Amino acid sequence: MPDSLPDAEALIARLADAIRPRLTPDTVLVGIHSGGVWVAERLHALLGISAPMGKLNISFYRDDFSRIGLHPQVKPSHLPFAVEGRCVIVVDDVFYTGRTVRAAMNELFDYGRPACIRLAVLVDRGGHELPIRPDFAGLNLDVAPEHNVDLSREQDGSLKLTLT
Amino acid sequence: MNPQLTPDGRLKHLLTLDGLPRAILIQILDTAESFMDVGEREVKKVPLLRGKSIFNLFFEPSTRTRTTFEIAAKRLSADVVNLNIATSSQSKGETILDTVDNLAAMHADMFVVRHAQSGAAHFIARHVAPHISVVNAGDGRHAHPTQGLLDVFTIRRYKGAFHNLRVAIVGDLLHSRVARSQIHALTTLGVPEVRVIAPKTLLPAGVEHMGIKVYHDMEAGLRDCDVVIMLRLQNERMKGARLPSAQEYFKFYGLTPDKLALAKPDAIVMHPGPMNRGVEIDSEVADGPQSVILPQVTYGIAVRMAVMALLAGASA
Amino acid sequence: MKIHIQNGHVVDPKNLIDRPADVYIVAGKIVAVGHAPADFHANRTIDATGLIVCPGLVDLSVRLREPGFEYKATLESEMLAAASGGVTSLACPPDTDPPLDEPGLVEMLKFRARNLPGPRVYPIGALTQKLEGRALTEMAELTEAGCVAFTHADAPITDTQVLLRALEYAATFGYSVWLRPQDVYLARGGVAHDGAVASRLGLPGIPALAETVALATILQLARETGARVHIARLSTRDGIAMVRAAKAQGLGISCDVATTHLHLCENDLVGFDAQMHLAPPVRSVRDRDAIREALRDGSIDAICSDHTPVDEDEKQVPFGESAPGASGVELLLPLTLKWARSMGVSLNQAIDLISWKPAQILGIPVGHLSVGASADLCAFDEHAEWQVTSRTLKSQGKNTPFLNHLMQGRVRYTVIDGHIDFEAPLLRRPNDV
Repeated sequence: MPDSLPDAEALIARLADAIRPRLTPDTVLVGIHSGGVWVAERLHALLGISAPMGKLNISFYRDDFSRIGLHPQVKPSHLPFAVEGRCVIVVDDVFYTGRTVRAAMNELFDYGRPACIRLAVLVDRGGHELPIRPDFAGLNLDVAPEHNVDLSREQDGSLKLTLT
Repeated sequence: MNPQLTPDGRLKHLLTLDGLPRAILIQILDTAESFMDVGEREVKKVPLLRGKSIFNLFFEPSTRTRTTFEIAAKRLSADVVNLNIATSSQSKGETILDTVDNLAAMHADMFVVRHAQSGAAHFIARHVAPHISVVNAGDGRHAHPTQGLLDVFTIRRYKGAFHNLRVAIVGDLLHSRVARSQIHALTTLGVPEVRVIAPKTLLPAGVEHMGIKVYHDMEAGLRDCDVVIMLRLQNERMKGARLPSAQEYFKFYGLTPDKLALAKPDAIVMHPGPMNRGVEIDSEVADGPQSVILPQVTYGIAVRMAVMALLAGASA
Repeated sequence: MKIHIQNGHVVDPKNLIDRPADVYIVAGKIVAVGHAPADFHANRTIDATGLIVCPGLVDLSVRLREPGFEYKATLESEMLAAASGGVTSLACPPDTDPPLDEPGLVEMLKFRARNLPGPRVYPIGALTQKLEGRALTEMAELTEAGCVAFTHADAPITDTQVLLRALEYAATFGYSVWLRPQDVYLARGGVAHDGAVASRLGLPGIPALAETVALATILQLARETGARVHIARLSTRDGIAMVRAAKAQGLGISCDVATTHLHLCENDLVGFDAQMHLAPPVRSVRDRDAIREALRDGSIDAICSDHTPVDEDEKQVPFGESAPGASGVELLLPLTLKWARSMGVSLNQAIDLISWKPAQILGIPVGHLSVGASADLCAFDEHAEWQVTSRTLKSQGKNTPFLNHLMQGRVRYTVIDGHIDFEAPLLRRPNDV
């Protein structure tokens, strides 16, 4: 199956352009491990946000724990700012069913009450199962369930999107 | 076939650290690490065990341990029920099995068990329905696995790695389930030298088969140690003709600043609690800069959260 | 009743017989081994093709649990169990409730047993009143009522002066005293052998010292008083060495060991299985191997089952709270055979250890197939395999560390006093009852 997807770095630039007009001094970025963190790191640099960015490990908030158990460990969550009253942009690499974002929101609210939450994703692959939609998307697709869209990081640190 | 593991090698019960693969111990420690920040947040909970019922079955009374398990369970959003079953060897009350069966009928998902008899947790684990997990919170002299785990978690936090450490455990090994669990954890994780310092009357038979080095002289035993773990001395030891007095014990086996100075300058001092000040440990040491006794308690919550989360996930 | 047991292979250790031979029984007595007596017409013929025919087994310790402990087992069930195991004579310890310390109790037990099918019952009387280790029992009266020896069973006698007096009194009349060597203080609180395994499992230990210290006392007192002493249930290597040395010095003592100790050791205490809670405890590998060897070289005189049926509830508790003991009268034969096979010991010697030798220790006229002797015998298939399950066990006590194990050696017929008290149906599978 040919991976005929656009260059990830170009998509990130496009995403940054969409977000820039909506930034406020209070905005913070929070990336969802692992792909969302990589994208958030790029965005953080491109947008020149001074506040440090946060990272969320949503393993403890997944809705499939009873079915699959505890996932092998990813890096723990780290929010180096108070969530209370902030405008948080949650960043993820691929938006699919929406459950990951729901989990991320549940977790965020356990840290404090944000003023608002916006969702920025690199790719919206279609197929949402919950009433959650990205506010910013680098690319909109309609991918069949039997295919996967993944973001990976190469040895040299560059990001790559693949469709399988 | 380890009764603690599922056929595919996941943790199903935590009964003892003896025989648990190193990978599982590391998995628990790493999971505990990721639970550390939950206590720092505004809402100190994650929803992992929401809807699950955890029953604390304490046949031997204990406020400290029970409270820690309760906090850990609640931080996982589980429902917690505490049962303190008074034990009297004379009283012909409900048998353990009847108690366990009744509770299982109330949709228990997990039992946390403390009992005066060695092997009690194994016994209960053998009899519960397949979906129920058992956590041993201390059985007789045999094991206190969560304590052993939080102790090595503490050591890892302060010392980083295990492969170059000298650890000394001082006190009543003969009666100590904590020490047995610590020894299993330390040897499994590859600590090259585990020392036990105690008089002969407080050492079990066949101690040379436990993979440790025995010292009767505390000063020799503490020399160049990176970690010093003090065990609690119970009053019964004097009554059982094992020791003449707390005073003489403290003179030879109590941790004072002078004796601590024989260990490495950056050695840490640990104690599973509760402490007998002036019997096994001097207040100056217990409250001193090398003591990590209070952090141990905090780590205990994260470690117990990790254990319960992994067990609940295994029945998925 | 005239019985003809044909085509079997007779093993009679006392008379040194080990060959194919027929056995002829008339009116409860053995009238011939080998050739039929003149004018013999059998009422019943038993085809013992492929079977070993030997003297009925004599078990030195079988707890029948009556009087007093009927919830654990009854006379009926245990005697049937014994008969199904090929046992035709058994000695029962006095630790009943009340203990067998009065002639009336002994008479009642003997009366009950006599009227039931099953082995001859030889009570061992209590050495002290109520087994409290203080006052002597009326040993002469008890002997008259049917006791063949005296013992304190597992109850401790801490007062060495009382023990000395008891032995002196017994020696006056030539009575035999059976003693279990265990120092009550050194064993205090212990539930398993004090060694590496118990230390690892956190189980309070009973050191080997508890046996050897008590044994030293017993041997000294035996020497001093000249009493006939039998050491019950040895468990240690050092204890065996002491008995061996004492025998070599001419002390007339005998000793026995339980079937469990031929095969099990501390390493079998896996997972705190309460079925492994035994008294005395099974000990180290070296102790077990010393027992196995000492049976072969004759230092240990007999094997018994130490049959101790226990109510299921008493084992369904954590190890340290469980009642010690194993049910095992039905396993006396197969466990003895298993030991013999693995040690390269002859069938003759194996059977000797559970028939003629124990009979001599008890001082009773059984354990051999001499012409004129009571017809107590058993015919067994030494190759038949069967599985130990709560169904195949006839005892009410299902408590055995050998649960679900496969045994080799099954009794087909047990004849007691010329009556066929047990007869097994032809069994096809190991789980058949």
